[in-house]
Amino acid sequence: MNTPATKKEIPQDKHLRRGLDLIKRSFKIRPASHGIAITGACLFSISAVALTRVLGYATDEIIIPTLDQNSLDHRQLWIAFTLIIVVGMSRGLGAFLRRYFLAGARYGTELVWRRQLFNQYLDLPMSFHRKKSPGELLAHADNDMMIASLALMPLAFTVGTFFLSIVALINLFLIHPAIACIALILFPLLAGMNQVYSKRVITPASDVQEAVGNTSALVHESFDGILVVKSLGRSEQEVQRLRASADQIRNHRISVGRLRAIFEPAIYALPNFGVIGLLMVGTWLIDKESLTIGELVSAIALFGILAFPMRIAGIFFEELPRSVVALDRIDEILQLEINQKKNTGTNKINEAAVNLKIEGLEARYEDQLILDNINFTITSGEIVALVGPTGVGKSTIADMIGGLQKPSAGKVLLDNIPLEAIDSQQRNKVLAIAFQESFLFADTVEENILLGRNFNNDDVAEALETAQAADFVNELPNGIKTRLGERGVTLSGGQRQRITLARALVGKPKVIFLDDSTSSVDPVIEKRILDNLRSHSDITLLIVAHRLSTIKLADRIIFFNDGKIEGTGTHEELMNIHSYSTLVKAYETNGEIQ
Amino acid sequence: MKQERQTRRATRGEVGQVIPAISQLNDGSEDNRTGALTVLRRGLSVSPELRSGATITVMMALIVAVGSLAIPILIQQILDQGLNTETGLRTGFIYTSCAIALGIITFVIFAQRATYNRLVKVAETTILELRIRVFHHLQKLSLADHQEARKGILTARVTSDIETLSQFAQWGAIAWIVDSVIIIGTLLVMAIYSWQLTIVVIAIYIPIIPILKAIQRQQFLKYRDVREAVSETLGQASEAVTAAPVIRSYGYEDSVREKLEKANQSQYKRQIKAHKFFALLAPVMDIFSAMAIAGVIVAGSYIGPDIGLTSGEMIAFVFLTTILIAPIWELGEVLDQTQTALAGWWKILSVLDVPVEVVEPGIGKKLAEGPLEIRVDQLNFHYRTGGTVLHDISIDIPAGENIAVVGETGSGKTTFVKLLARLADPIAGSILINGIPLKEIDTATRHDSIQIVPQDGFLFDQTICENVLFAKPELNEKDVLQAFESLGLRWWLQKLPNGIYTETGPRGERLSVGERQLVALARAQLANPGLLILDEATSAVDPETEVALVSALDQLSQGRTTISVAHRLSTAERADSIIVFDKGHIVETGNHESLRKQNGIYAGLHESWIGNTRIK
Repeated sequence: MNTPATKKEIPQDKHLRRGLDLIKRSFKIRPASHGIAITGACLFSISAVALTRVLGYATDEIIIPTLDQNSLDHRQLWIAFTLIIVVGMSRGLGAFLRRYFLAGARYGTELVWRRQLFNQYLDLPMSFHRKKSPGELLAHADNDMMIASLALMPLAFTVGTFFLSIVALINLFLIHPAIACIALILFPLLAGMNQVYSKRVITPASDVQEAVGNTSALVHESFDGILVVKSLGRSEQEVQRLRASADQIRNHRISVGRLRAIFEPAIYALPNFGVIGLLMVGTWLIDKESLTIGELVSAIALFGILAFPMRIAGIFFEELPRSVVALDRIDEILQLEINQKKNTGTNKINEAAVNLKIEGLEARYEDQLILDNINFTITSGEIVALVGPTGVGKSTIADMIGGLQKPSAGKVLLDNIPLEAIDSQQRNKVLAIAFQESFLFADTVEENILLGRNFNNDDVAEALETAQAADFVNELPNGIKTRLGERGVTLSGGQRQRITLARALVGKPKVIFLDDSTSSVDPVIEKRILDNLRSHSDITLLIVAHRLSTIKLADRIIFFNDGKIEGTGTHEELMNIHSYSTLVKAYETNGEIQ
Repeated sequence: MKQERQTRRATRGEVGQVIPAISQLNDGSEDNRTGALTVLRRGLSVSPELRSGATITVMMALIVAVGSLAIPILIQQILDQGLNTETGLRTGFIYTSCAIALGIITFVIFAQRATYNRLVKVAETTILELRIRVFHHLQKLSLADHQEARKGILTARVTSDIETLSQFAQWGAIAWIVDSVIIIGTLLVMAIYSWQLTIVVIAIYIPIIPILKAIQRQQFLKYRDVREAVSETLGQASEAVTAAPVIRSYGYEDSVREKLEKANQSQYKRQIKAHKFFALLAPVMDIFSAMAIAGVIVAGSYIGPDIGLTSGEMIAFVFLTTILIAPIWELGEVLDQTQTALAGWWKILSVLDVPVEVVEPGIGKKLAEGPLEIRVDQLNFHYRTGGTVLHDISIDIPAGENIAVVGETGSGKTTFVKLLARLADPIAGSILINGIPLKEIDTATRHDSIQIVPQDGFLFDQTICENVLFAKPELNEKDVLQAFESLGLRWWLQKLPNGIYTETGPRGERLSVGERQLVALARAQLANPGLLILDEATSAVDPETEVALVSALDQLSQGRTTISVAHRLSTAERADSIIVFDKGHIVETGNHESLRKQNGIYAGLHESWIGNTRIK
């Protein structure tokens, strides 16, 4: 869950400075878009002021002479007509430029930030992914990104509003200093009220967000656990729980509504008070003949267009802190350094018979020793099963052999050469790992096996055959070209595992690590797969096993307990170890019907 | 229309009355439009308090209209009466009218504040009650209905759909009423000054409506494209994140990077495209507004002197023309929001039409304590939209027996036990518990006497203690400890960081499936049921927990009737009797030995099972 922006108390001035930082970064990414958008906003401001001048002109030159003196000047009329249309169009053009190029600026910035984020997701080490939940990482790319760029939207309008205030003031000074004085009282009042409103609404508005989030979570949970709720007859209590939570939403929304009710009518009415002042001062000036009716009309029109831009500027200052905090969350990821060096090894190994050696391997997780001085060697042609209770570090070994995690001490060697010293291309070819979770991409079966590597059709076909996946893959609507994850194509757990297995086996790797990757495969089929692999005498095979049937297929068993190797040998030999026999007996009763 | 036919077929013989099936509540196409009036009428009947909300809104609209019309009228009055007369400057008149205007505007501020506060209260209370009502109704629906609805859909009805409605209530709904009143009020004042010029203004503004509609439509379609692109990007990102180990160990980074870049670019392009229409709205409005002002000045200049228009009236008219554009613009912007909100509202209301199947008895019969005897006779069941799940099931289960139910996925075994707990009612046939029809048993008694330990062992995001006390909040932690103690699970609690106060995490995910079932067993122990139903976990349970589960279950099943949906060989072997389901029928019954000898379905299952665990 994202913490609402205001919960992290950051002083207001700091927000502004960091908000400027955010804007600067976006400017660097899209200088032209921001530039054009701001130019558009200023064009809009100038045109808006110009339109009020044209109205004044039309009043003095057309409306008054025509209606009061009955003398219509056709030429003046059409000049005024053209001016109004032209200024109206340039105002529209300004608004269009502002809105359109802002989209470019905002989404263009998002595009770059999102790309940087994705690159981090791909390049940061596995340890990073183990610490973060996928939901959290996705939220950075989705919700956080949206909020981080939200403050960019009213940016150009806000700049335009400052510009408008200045142009409007100069314009009013030119009309009459007394009128400008009224504006000088009104403008700060309007800006100040907006600021106060914006500041006060931030907390209740984020309270609403939080309450909405809490209620959603509650409803999700309640329906997820509907079986428990219903079978225990707790529906009424769940309704009470919802009422309490939804009541929070209502109360916070009412608080926001109360603020709106106080400020918005006043903010929109403020220019009207100004207009009344204008009328009183203006008529007096007109009587003194130091002001024309047209000039008064023009000033009134100008006051009328002020409230809205001021409000937008207020919204900008409301959004900025939220955006800053959201960008902070993204930056936490972007600022992580990728210090895992790309493999630069150049050593070649002899592919004929590759042995796997683990030397003094040690792994820690948050100061806890997971693996302590692990040593074993598996020679070419051997099938070895790793057995041990859950959480004993078997998958950690898989991670280290796969280079996903660095051991805190010790080495993994292939053909007596440390893993990281081997040419990375050759290493990827020689070594393959099939993970516990059979992850398939929403792509074709073929691409799921190739994963961007260069293998030909025969290689793929052979891998499918070895993994006992050829039959069901051929029955798919488009064979290996079938896209997975589409409607109608559903694979069972065992089938998914067999495809991931084929992915590991394609190109005939020499060292294969199966991390419990056949757990859902029918034992009969599993036996066939392992027999297939055994028939290649040059394969070094390591299996993490949770089923007795799998264990019994191995030539040798390495038994882990408490982060250490407690015994090595055949199944029968190990049955003498008490902890081993208890564990395996439990596996025996644990067999599943389906 | 296949779905509709299925629904009709599934209305269980109640001809002439089409009952919405829960599957219909699933999100259909967005063009699934129900008339706005139909939705409104239905909405009003469900939430009658909306009427008073509408009255307040109209009041507020009138106040706002008075506020925005006061200034142009004041300008006209002062220009015509205070300034532009032969008598010279009428200071008294100007001050008086300004004071009146000041009074009106001040009054409007406070009146608007009061009405808006009332309005928010009414709207939010209405939405709160609607949300609770829908949630309550969904809670009452049978489990079968919940399973049929696509995951997340029901949640959406009570969360995001309600939020859409709430947002509409805050802006769109108010805009409709307030803007309409302002437009009508402004046109009225204009018409009083000059109906001829009013016609000119209307004529110029009329083409806005089709243009607005067209732009809105495009915007709507393009934003749909954006939403698609966003979910595509997120889908790709989700793969990149969840498949992190695979991507790294197979060196797949660059291909994934390319895919992500493509999705990212396409999202950007679509966002820009959609925003173009949003950007277009502004100049359209500006140009129409300028045309209207220019049109008024030209037309007023030509016909003004003939119809006796004063310069003050003309100037006021120009201001009124500029006032008119904002509400038109706003109405244009809320048009789509309105459609979405109405569609959402209809979806919410439709939930209330799904009939509640499991109707609780008013005053039910009580069950005696002790193990329950079950008699099932000619039981039939099917889901509203699917084929038959159970056919003519008849079986007697003596009190105190330990029964295992086995069968392949989809054989109906799980549905069978759910019917025993009355999580749905059968279509035909009867279930008698201790000779009393299940439907007539008192609700509270039933919940106590029949306990289910679900397969995934769902837990709430609370402590273990709170989860165990879920059904019996009147008990305390001593009882919880006692329950674990009597199941021989004290050692397990000691293993946990905070014992019974350990937080279980969302859905109980900080515990393993097996451990979650242990908690569910403790919960059942507190209820002291006469019938215990255990749906075994299909996924692997680590051996240590498995042993704990078996012995705890042994304890718990003492002196009760126990029915286990068995996925493990050992469970079936231990049972007094086994019921074998196949394609909705009971095909075999008997104990382990006799069934093995029958060489039927059970023997086959047993075979593959043995292969699984005891292969030689």
